[in-house]
Amino acid sequence: MHAAVIVFPGSNCDRDMKVAFENAGAKVSMVWHKDTEMPAGVDVIGIPGGFSFGDYLRCGAIAANSPICRSVVTHAEKGGYVLGICNGFQVLTETGLLPGVLLRNARLKYICKAIDLKVETADSAYTSGYAQGEVITIPIAHHDGNYFADDATLAQLKAEDRVAFRYVDNPNGARDDIAGILSANRRVLGMMPHPERMADPVHGNTEGRKLFESLVGQLATA
Amino acid sequence: MKARVHVMLKNGVLDPQGEAVRHALGSLGFDGVEGVRQGKVIELDLAETDKAKAEATVTEMCEKLLANTVIESYSVEIS
Repeated sequence: MHAAVIVFPGSNCDRDMKVAFENAGAKVSMVWHKDTEMPAGVDVIGIPGGFSFGDYLRCGAIAANSPICRSVVTHAEKGGYVLGICNGFQVLTETGLLPGVLLRNARLKYICKAIDLKVETADSAYTSGYAQGEVITIPIAHHDGNYFADDATLAQLKAEDRVAFRYVDNPNGARDDIAGILSANRRVLGMMPHPERMADPVHGNTEGRKLFESLVGQLATA
Repeated sequence: MKARVHVMLKNGVLDPQGEAVRHALGSLGFDGVEGVRQGKVIELDLAETDKAKAEATVTEMCEKLLANTVIESYSVEIS
């Protein structure tokens, strides 16, 4: 199983994501934002957390229009897997691969702490290692994590069982407590919390690890 | 030509920054401010000399990058 992790100027969770993929058994290639093509045979693309391009204009907006993101979109349109965490989620909404947008936190504060997260669906390669309704504790670290989508989009996400994670105690004002969503084909996941920061015993717990393990496991046998 | 783009959050989208400005104005003694919406202004210098073409191009820029039309509206002035 081959994962590519995109590196933008300002990415800061790219190495953590690489380690999490590697610990789950994946081969990982780091891909610079000015590259125009993915390495051959990439199964999943990871878009890491950070502050790509300094969050200029809107968070994720400049990254979403960088050369490499055209091949991210192509990969997703061909049915490939894409995982966007934190800034990666913001980039995915800006590319249009996921609906909605991440607004400034309702109380305007940058929030960095471990939070409780409810797994809302086990029906995806990312969440199949968890039980539906299971509560896991992993960190958030963001200023713009306030998920917004219009009523019709929210209704559609719910009807199609595409809300992957909800906050147990909403920290940022996100509509419907949404912390992570899936694409219609369930192969693109965007989430604000950081599973890669709770994936090694030295992190304090390893509750984020299953996300990488179930993804890698599923793709390795596919 | 010069273009000026105004980008604002759409009505109905919470603007926490605007709300913070409203509270700060209240604490400075400016009573009666019932709402504040914060947006941005983007100025562009264009080589284009045809006004209609410039407007069409800048509109395309807004759709593709300058505004996120999920939450923002925009207007374009050419001069």
